[in-house]
Amino acid sequence: MGKIMTRMGDGFPVEMSESEIRSDLDAGTEDAADRGKIAPLSKEELQYLFDLFASPDRFVSVEPGSEIVLSYDGGALKITRAAVNVDRVQSMQIHEKILGADTIELGHVDYSFKAVKPIVGTEQTALEQTLMATHAPLFYGAMPNLALYSQPDGPHPNPSELMPLGKIDAARKSYEMSVEDAVKDIVFVASAMYESGADGINMDTTGAAGDPDFLAGLKAAEILKKKYPDICIELGMAGEFILGLHGELDYHGDRLAGLYPHDQVKMAEQAGFTIFGPVVNIKTSRSIPWNLARAITFIKACCEVAKIPIHANMGMGVGGVPMTPHPPIDVVSRASKAMVEICRLDGL
Amino acid sequence: MGDPLGMAISHAIASGMGGMRAAGDLVARMQMTRGMKIDEAKGYVADKLGIAVSDLTDPVMMTEIREDLEIGSMYPLPGCAKGLEAKIRIAELLGIEINCIRRMKSKGWL
Repeated sequence: MGKIMTRMGDGFPVEMSESEIRSDLDAGTEDAADRGKIAPLSKEELQYLFDLFASPDRFVSVEPGSEIVLSYDGGALKITRAAVNVDRVQSMQIHEKILGADTIELGHVDYSFKAVKPIVGTEQTALEQTLMATHAPLFYGAMPNLALYSQPDGPHPNPSELMPLGKIDAARKSYEMSVEDAVKDIVFVASAMYESGADGINMDTTGAAGDPDFLAGLKAAEILKKKYPDICIELGMAGEFILGLHGELDYHGDRLAGLYPHDQVKMAEQAGFTIFGPVVNIKTSRSIPWNLARAITFIKACCEVAKIPIHANMGMGVGGVPMTPHPPIDVVSRASKAMVEICRLDGL
Repeated sequence: MGDPLGMAISHAIASGMGGMRAAGDLVARMQMTRGMKIDEAKGYVADKLGIAVSDLTDPVMMTEIREDLEIGSMYPLPGCAKGLEAKIRIAELLGIEINCIRRMKSKGWL
């Protein structure tokens, strides 16, 4: 066999030899195993991935019977972002009737709980209208987005300004106050949406502001689950690794900084989340074979310990999908198939 | 992020259940209301529909079933259940609470 056409992590095409593909698959899984202290992929799984990349097919799919459920983040916004002039209710109808969506997700263009709070009534009306016109289960999605709670966007001193000045305690205190405010906003907005009839809440891009952001999500879920025992809450992560921006925060005695997906899911289960959406980031300077082998190694370890359904994040720049707003279908379909079939996922 | 063809459509064709074109929305409801993993959720829905698990993603089989049961269809005929009407039927069929239907009941509208 000659050269194999695949792509780099930024989506650009690249031709690689068989040995280069195999070498990148090995290096990708070893990198994840080393970082996460988890098992690398087996020889059979690496051969499966090699065969997948060696296939000349433009598009591949899972075998019949292996299909999984799809959930979305920012689902209502992706059509309007493409400058197609449709309302959000229409966007939801397009998702369920035209895009083959198993679930649909309404969200505000700012996509942050804090930003939604003052306009929650408008959002509730949009949600109630969507529920009347659609059939698929409807999530309301937003991010904890802890960065909005520090100056100049929020009330608390900015930790990123305090840290370089050596004011570590003040920075940590600011994060802790931000967590308390974010929890109130998440619970307020999620309660309103649930009481308006939402089938689920998607707490997306959680952990974007590190361990305080993740803690806010966990605490909010605990409160919501006590308030509404039947509520479905999906936890979508921001990155593969909980950044220790505070560094000393814990959840029921377990330190949050440094956790990978197979440990994050245990926290999600404790907090009462219904579905967990792990993330593994793309490294744009490495090939997709390297990135996909690495992502599958992390997600497989997560699926093996999870008691709740796992919907792996496979959008732009995560889960073996290149970091480009127009992901090429050759590598997206390979990532989709391999992630589902090796990890035995419940959804994407 | 990612345009709809590159992301939503690619994943839907590569690995999705087909949404209400098949039984994807029903299987999703079992994950969301009961926390079922994928195999259990598929088995539960197939059992309730009286079909094989392999039929859950077949659009021809599922169109017939959805029209017969009035649980929402891609090209709804005049007079058949749509939107909330269809969700009332889905809740009864699957033996689950659907939040917006529960809300209507609590207001005494059903």
